[in-house]
Amino acid sequence: MTTTASAHGTRRDFLYVATGAVAAAGAAAAVWPLISQMNPDASTIAAGAPIEVDLAPIADGAMIKVFWRGKPIFVRHRTEKEIKEAQDVQLSELRDPQPDSARIKEGHAPWLIVYGNCTHLGCIPLGNQGPYGGWFCPCHGSVFDTSGRIRQGPAPTNLPIPPYAFVSDTKIKIG
Amino acid sequence: MSGPSTFQPQNPVLKWFERRLPIMGLVHSSFVAYPTPRNLNYWWTFGGILSFMLAAQIVTGIILVMHYTPHATLAFSSIEHIMRDVNYGWLIRYLHANGASMFFIAVYIHIFRGMYYGSYKEPREVLWILGVIIYLLMMATGFMGYVLPWGQMSFWGATVITNLFSAFPLIGDPIVTFLWGGYSVDNPTLNRFFSLHYLLPFMILGVVVLHVWALHVAGQGNPAGVEPKTEKDTVPFTPYATIKDAFGMVCFMLVYAWFVFYTPNYLGHADNYIPANPGVTPAHIVPEWYYLPFYAILRAIPNKLGGVLAMFGAIAVLAFLPWLDNAKTRSGRYRPLFKQFFWIFVAVCLILGWLGAKPAEGAYVIVARILTFYYFAHFIIILPLLNRIEKPRPVPNSIADDVLAKTGSRRQPMVSTAIAVVAVAGALLLASAQPSSAADDHGAPQPPRQKWSFAGPFGKFDRGQLQRGFKVYKEVCASCHSLHYVAFRNLAEPGGPGYSAAQASAVAAEYKIQDGPNDAGEMFERPGRAADRFPSPFPNEQAARAANGGAFPPDLSLIAKARTYERGFPWFIFDIFTQFQEQGPDYLVALLTGYEDAPAGFPLPAGSNYNKYFPGHAIGMPKPLNADQVTYEDGTPQTVEQYSKDVTAFLMWTAEPHGSAQADRHPGLHLPDSAVEPALLHQEEGLGLGALIAARVWFNSR
Repeated sequence: MTTTASAHGTRRDFLYVATGAVAAAGAAAAVWPLISQMNPDASTIAAGAPIEVDLAPIADGAMIKVFWRGKPIFVRHRTEKEIKEAQDVQLSELRDPQPDSARIKEGHAPWLIVYGNCTHLGCIPLGNQGPYGGWFCPCHGSVFDTSGRIRQGPAPTNLPIPPYAFVSDTKIKIG
Repeated sequence: MSGPSTFQPQNPVLKWFERRLPIMGLVHSSFVAYPTPRNLNYWWTFGGILSFMLAAQIVTGIILVMHYTPHATLAFSSIEHIMRDVNYGWLIRYLHANGASMFFIAVYIHIFRGMYYGSYKEPREVLWILGVIIYLLMMATGFMGYVLPWGQMSFWGATVITNLFSAFPLIGDPIVTFLWGGYSVDNPTLNRFFSLHYLLPFMILGVVVLHVWALHVAGQGNPAGVEPKTEKDTVPFTPYATIKDAFGMVCFMLVYAWFVFYTPNYLGHADNYIPANPGVTPAHIVPEWYYLPFYAILRAIPNKLGGVLAMFGAIAVLAFLPWLDNAKTRSGRYRPLFKQFFWIFVAVCLILGWLGAKPAEGAYVIVARILTFYYFAHFIIILPLLNRIEKPRPVPNSIADDVLAKTGSRRQPMVSTAIAVVAVAGALLLASAQPSSAADDHGAPQPPRQKWSFAGPFGKFDRGQLQRGFKVYKEVCASCHSLHYVAFRNLAEPGGPGYSAAQASAVAAEYKIQDGPNDAGEMFERPGRAADRFPSPFPNEQAARAANGGAFPPDLSLIAKARTYERGFPWFIFDIFTQFQEQGPDYLVALLTGYEDAPAGFPLPAGSNYNKYFPGHAIGMPKPLNADQVTYEDGTPQTVEQYSKDVTAFLMWTAEPHGSAQADRHPGLHLPDSAVEPALLHQEEGLGLGALIAARVWFNSR
């Protein structure tokens, strides 16, 4: 066996690198399932199927909270006054500019459906509170208007709109 | 740990760190520069393999805990949740369950290696005793882990093992109540076992550190049994021992992967796929295989306290081995008599293990008593005596001499090994030729072997058959039997009956699911959704019994894995290699086709039916299937035989739904792509192994 270092790789070098490469690939392949198991499992995904919400019992000015995929969703039946306030705001006043029409389904202006977790750090804001009559988050003081848009406080964006559609005039399907 | 480190880092940051915490120097001196005897054989790689297994068990165990629920009413279903829904959950659970067995295989080889080469002798007594402590902790950990799935064997294993302590006079019963945290094995027992099962592996880890420390103080033993004297006797740990250990580990993982991917339930018990039932004990209650020799010793002694003491004594005696065998010659290689008695002892342990799995009756008990006596005699009589009468052969002057003088002395170990293997096989055959009462203690014949599309290494479910089987279940079985762990969405999953998501939802919509409470506080019924599970035909067990003449129709989700029959020696050994594991399906077909008129004089209880294959023959279920009962649209013959096979295949799928999922997810997949499929490559690092697993991934059955 020679001990002089070869300028070219030797057969032994090749074997070492090849073995190391196979070992690395094997280790990576072995680790994959160990990490993948942290993702939502099949039953959790299946349980996240769309849900239907009946709007008929929700009176003018009332609000209900429903859960979809474990998250609270506010379904708010806005009054004429609240709709008007939401529509009359100058977009330039808003931190996350969005007209009210972009936050509802066309022809269903009384119905505001938004995720119920504050976009700051996830607390649930209290309804019909704060200077704009929308929501006030007790954790860190974010204020949302009657369109669920951020107006004051640390939250960066408006309350997001979940995917939903009107099945009929009094029924929506979330998801 | 072998004197001051010679590790000198050049990097200034490393230098700064090393002066404050010389950990790199410690690693370097312990695992790189550490001098290892140059004559170590492959039996010495099992220390490294055991370290790997401990790490693998801890990693997979921590992951399983993320999905497991330690509660008497939820534990069993959370295990099924892991098997069915968690991403790669089936893989991780099978790795953990089979990993325990692999851990014990490795530790037994490690222990026998130590016994053969005298690794316990001066100056390694403490090293050996630490090893015995690790083994004890392993047994406790393994036992508590087996309780966690809360199946029938879990429950009754826990009951039997904890009741061992009731043998002690006066303090026995209070101890048992204390262990249970109640008046029987129940939820408090499960919770504390879960806690301890999580704790003990880390205690093992701690003792392993001491074990390795003690090893590095005394230095490794070696097959020649002479201590290294000069530098010529040793080689550096890295690369020589590391590469050799790594190679041994890869070979061991081949065996591990064989079990995990091809026969994952071989080492388990079918009964543990039946949820724990405090009212019914399984017919043959046996512990996991690695406790069987001690279980045989326990049962061999016809006295409760005596049996318990003998069982614990059988382990405790190991700790005294360094003083019981005080021969000067360390390695068994140079002790002609010791060598023979060693192999006899190995055979005795194996046969005791086999007896532990047999019913405690007739000749089995007599043989077990003789072997129990021999087990203790080996330690207490034979080993001390051998030292007086044996004339050892001369040992080599040094390890270098041993390695360089490859002479005829090599032949003899091979001969004695061959003799030993023949002796063990012969003894097992002889023992099996003795009373075969176990096989026919209920007088039930062995179910005939069926041909299954899902059998063997490349098997996969036949979609048409699963669809037909589902039809049979729906139209016949479902009127009494639930399918609790199966959701409608599963029908559309890869590897299953192959329905579309819309078809699965349509099937779901045919069922009424109880939901609620609604706003008025009332429960209501709604059509099923894909995410729902198959509803039970009866609201509770009492209602099911009332409707079925007192018999409870079992849930069918796991029935194909929860039923089996005794294969007997030597078939159960061949089954590892042929991967035969269709005992459950074979039994189900036999049962469904095994209805006949009771023979004259058979005392058939009222309301029972005679079945040739049912244990005890008197079965509550009337003959469920008749020809032309279910209409097959694909022209398959509408016979009882065909119905039975189809519904059994369907139930095999419900029991192991990930059986051929990988294969079907990428229909027509080619080998290079599937070799990348990560889950099944697992921890294997050898090319050949990669190819084996890749082939498995491609064809995949279960």
